[in-house]
Amino acid sequence: MKVLVTVKRVVDYNVNVRVLSDNTGVDLNNVKMSVNPFDEIAIEEAVRLKEAGTAEEVVVVSIGTSACQEQIRTALALGADRGILVETDEDMQPLAIAKCMKALIEKEQPGLIITGKQAIDDDNSQTGQMIAALAGLSQATFASELVIGDGTATVTREIDGGLETITVKLPAIVTTDLRLNEPRYASLPNIMKAKKKPIDTYTPADLGVEVAPRVKTLKVTPPAERKAGIIVETVEELVDKLKNEAKVIS
Amino acid sequence: MSILVVADHDNDTIKASTLVTVAAATAIGGDIEVLVAGENCGAAGEAASKIAGVSKVLVADNAAYAHAIAENIAALVVELGPNYSHILTATTTTGKNFMPRVAALLDVAQISDISAVVSEDTFERPIYAGNAIATVQSSDSIKVLTVRGTAFDPVAADGGSAAIEAVDVVTDTGLTTWDRDEIVKLERPELTAASIIVSGGRGMQNGENFALLESVADKLGAAIGASRAAVDAGFVPNDMQVGQTGKIVAPDLYIAVGISGAIQHLAGMKDSKVIVAINKDEDAPIFQVADYGLVADLFKAVPELDSML
Repeated sequence: MKVLVTVKRVVDYNVNVRVLSDNTGVDLNNVKMSVNPFDEIAIEEAVRLKEAGTAEEVVVVSIGTSACQEQIRTALALGADRGILVETDEDMQPLAIAKCMKALIEKEQPGLIITGKQAIDDDNSQTGQMIAALAGLSQATFASELVIGDGTATVTREIDGGLETITVKLPAIVTTDLRLNEPRYASLPNIMKAKKKPIDTYTPADLGVEVAPRVKTLKVTPPAERKAGIIVETVEELVDKLKNEAKVIS
Repeated sequence: MSILVVADHDNDTIKASTLVTVAAATAIGGDIEVLVAGENCGAAGEAASKIAGVSKVLVADNAAYAHAIAENIAALVVELGPNYSHILTATTTTGKNFMPRVAALLDVAQISDISAVVSEDTFERPIYAGNAIATVQSSDSIKVLTVRGTAFDPVAADGGSAAIEAVDVVTDTGLTTWDRDEIVKLERPELTAASIIVSGGRGMQNGENFALLESVADKLGAAIGASRAAVDAGFVPNDMQVGQTGKIVAPDLYIAVGISGAIQHLAGMKDSKVIVAINKDEDAPIFQVADYGLVADLFKAVPELDSML
């Protein structure tokens, strides 16, 4: 089985993002960029399937500017076999990404596609589901456990209030939640080896996909600030404030 | 304009998130219809017909719609979709699961987790874990939206008298079968519905120590939450997680105990009306959003708090 994994280049999760003063977006100058954390979990799951002998090949896909090669190399260092970059300078929104992925699924014929459940920049949580819809495949989102069976996958999903287990027909899309696994770190020898692994490059036009954005960002503003609070000295003072000042307990 | 709200329900009752979604639909303005898709969901359909401001309720009652299998629910909504200018549902794990499928199959964008309605095609939504608010405009003919549960005041659950209509569209894609649910039995209010939340972080040190919070929560009628650090450390299950990748909450009172206040945790709770932080590290970022901060060892402060309630 071939496994396709998607990775998105995003602002590193440790960066405290700042809104630009002209309200056109957030400041991305000299900001550390990384693989979206949920996509790291996706890579790890795919590599584990290969190590277990369930998957023969792990192909990593990133869609965006040429800088995304960096994130593909990271995935290759973590154990993916080869990369695909769909290169474009366009603002790639989930629907356009899903259309590119549909074309790549037709080309590559994977048995399983693993994506992160959401990207930590736009927080959309759409792309995996959209890929599944356009490719006519089943989906198992927010996965915390994945077991591959005979032509099926049994997936435990994180849902509001607990867990749900479903069985999906393969090929299917699985999107990763936090507890699916703990991603490994790349070793230096593997980082060196990754430099020799192949990356194929396409453009959206090569894939026959129209990627014009459907949603326009009019402005980006900082969230409303909370007014400064106070430090109380004792638990007694805290309880008194909550009862008599904030009036949130009785 | 005609707006379709896909209800979040448990077949018997309509969940509060649906009332919030109807509020967002009301802010857009237009004729509001509610779809209740499930199995043996007549009671939920009846409840939906009483929601203030709803003109019609569509009930799709079929085994194919049990357990909200995304492929089947999406196929149903896509079938009904072209009759509407807007399709809305709540940003719950169910809504997040099926709604992007609807958007893709209608060849339109989805705007996720809207926090305000600016006009019929322009909405606000948080990005970067709530560290920025984007105002976005859709150029699509049908606007597919999910609605943030804490962003709108819910409409009244009664007072309406909408007509109920059965929908006989049945699509079972057969792609996915449901095996089982393991729903945590809650003796306390649900996190997203609670007016008071007591949350623990890595400072709790282990899962057993959450008993300290339970006692306080029981006296306050509060729900118990946790930071991602506490979940990652294995202290408590993931469904207790408050934050960017967990639940977004905005209770009247949020008590953060032993939580440092990582960006992604703040993203899930900083819209709470009153925030209390108890942490022994006076430099913890949680104090920057707290209305009342107590710099103290939680293992002394929490039992003391407990005894004073």
